[in-house]
Amino acid sequence: MAIFLTAESKVIVQGMTGSEGMKHTQRMLASGTTIVGGVNPRKAGAEVEFPGDVLVPVYGTVAEAMAETGADVSVLFVPPPFTKAAVMEAVDAGMPLVVIITEGVPVADTAEFFAYAQSKGTRLIGPNCPGLITPGASNVGITPATITGPGRIGLVSKSGTLTYQMLFELRDIGFSTAVGIGGDPIVGTTHIDCLEAFQNDPDTDAIVMIGEIGGDAEERAAAYIREHVTKPVVGYVAGFEAPEGKTMGHAGAIVSGSAGTAQAKKEALEAAGVRVGKTPSETARLMREILTGA
Amino acid sequence: MDLYEYQARDMFEKHGVPVLPGIVAETPAEARAAAAQLGGIVVVKAQVKVGGRGKAGGVKVAKNPDEAEAHAAAILGMDIKGHTVHRVMIAAGAAIAEEFYFSVLLDRAERRYLAMCSVEGGMEIEQLAVERPDALARVAVDPLVGIDEAKAYEIVDAARFPADLRDQVAGVIQTLWTVYKEEDATLVEVNPLVRTEDGSIIALDGKVTLDENAEFRHADHAALEDKAAANPLEAKAKHMNLNYVKLDGSVGIIGNGAGLVMSTLDVVAYAGEQFGGQKPANFLDIGGGASAEVMANGLDVILHDPQVKSVFVNVFGGITSCVAVADGIVGALQALGDKATKPLVVRLDGNAVEEGRAILAHADHPLVTIVDTMDGAAAKAAELAAAAS
Repeated sequence: MAIFLTAESKVIVQGMTGSEGMKHTQRMLASGTTIVGGVNPRKAGAEVEFPGDVLVPVYGTVAEAMAETGADVSVLFVPPPFTKAAVMEAVDAGMPLVVIITEGVPVADTAEFFAYAQSKGTRLIGPNCPGLITPGASNVGITPATITGPGRIGLVSKSGTLTYQMLFELRDIGFSTAVGIGGDPIVGTTHIDCLEAFQNDPDTDAIVMIGEIGGDAEERAAAYIREHVTKPVVGYVAGFEAPEGKTMGHAGAIVSGSAGTAQAKKEALEAAGVRVGKTPSETARLMREILTGA
Repeated sequence: MDLYEYQARDMFEKHGVPVLPGIVAETPAEARAAAAQLGGIVVVKAQVKVGGRGKAGGVKVAKNPDEAEAHAAAILGMDIKGHTVHRVMIAAGAAIAEEFYFSVLLDRAERRYLAMCSVEGGMEIEQLAVERPDALARVAVDPLVGIDEAKAYEIVDAARFPADLRDQVAGVIQTLWTVYKEEDATLVEVNPLVRTEDGSIIALDGKVTLDENAEFRHADHAALEDKAAANPLEAKAKHMNLNYVKLDGSVGIIGNGAGLVMSTLDVVAYAGEQFGGQKPANFLDIGGGASAEVMANGLDVILHDPQVKSVFVNVFGGITSCVAVADGIVGALQALGDKATKPLVVRLDGNAVEEGRAILAHADHPLVTIVDTMDGAAAKAAELAAAAS
């Protein structure tokens, strides 16, 4: 069953006809995603051909694409200056799930479109995220699908490449769904949202949670785990060596004052009964122990 | 990006926030001229991006231009918590009757904005929040609405301003919201906001943090950047569009993706405990889908850091091809020729890993060691750094 994304999901791509959109639409198609359309008002009515004789129609608006195809997921490869309008359009059309891959969106725009999406009941994932993958069923975003396989581990992470690393290390056990929630100060879907969904997902047996410095999302997730999560959770936190006041690549990854340190996050998770690995490989080993006893 | 007080003052003035006149000076002579121009009593204020400058002796009242010059001479060059003072602001003096506090900032946890306000200003906000939590009003701000007139009065009333100041303070709060909104700030803080003896409400000191992601719609923000304060290697990396932060250790780090690079720093420091406490020398993220050229540029920056004794290249190819990474390494080493002397440990996984490893194996460069796992490669890099130290 997985969370948020299944083999039945019908996906449209906003920004499909741009270079990033084309490249990743091709990759998503190759990994089995059902892509039913692209959106570009200037190319409405056209069809784009992808390898394997796949023709993807282009619609003028998200509403039109939904009406024609029954799409229930939209993924955005739209440059930062246009991201807000694109998300607003998808929300207005009543899209249930909008995945925003774009990096570099002003946080004021995210704050606005998040508030708007919340008022209309649309779930956002991202921005500045790799998207989500339900291996063997569907892949929405930029995760390389071939590095892992289907299984019963749920994964939630702020970081793209650490997601890939973990998907790869545990590829033989496999994953129900992996969600890259993104590294911006405001993200549409949080660790807690994913923990709740994995806890309720009958196809997920255990959860890997990857966090990093900045904010207090991991501390809040720890409190949530203590109260609500009965499935085993293994954690990893990046950024012990990050100095105060320096942004470490992600706009959200900055330690300010005593808040947001990796040590505080690790301690909070451990206090909630989460086993926290010192390295990504050790984290993978902890999960392997839990699921296979090896 | 954090602004200096004088930059925040200028920005406030532009958006109609009441401020006092202020002039920046980089020498004592300029300070004297500024004080003469302003006339009367002035305040000489160190311009540093760190709190507690008053206690450190970085803020002095001058009764005349002579005193302003003398104070500037003492303050310029001063070290305040590791920040050297390169500029002072000469600000007009004010007869302060009362001090208040106001800020509006991004509330990450609630995913909206938060306004904080108090009629007890003057002390550090962290201290106020701990010692007098009841005195600090915290009001949520809806990003879709912002601080309109009704919200401004809600803030003023929550902070329990007296009736005769409500209108004036609510008006100033709305102008501060204009700064926040129109400049794409993530923090606007005024501490203190003062009532002067003649009844004016004035933003006496301001702190502004701008969202760097919004620079595309603020052509003027690039000029606010403090280029002189940047480390030369950081400046070079920025010029090459590399995401680089200089640290103090001996193991140079290159990787792809912010999370993986942060993790690499940690894993190196962890492995380094076995080798006399070796630490990472930098953070460098070449990003997704990096080309051989980007990889070579990254190596170029790191190999020019004299503190670097060994380099750890850690790539998990998602979009990035391990072929591009390997080509970048080989190309950079060729370009450096005999000048390349520092050992490189390379760990590749993911997209085109076999081809990438084959390129490195074929080049068979004496400085390059390939290790299969991240933990193993970190240990090797730390060991090599220790051996070279």
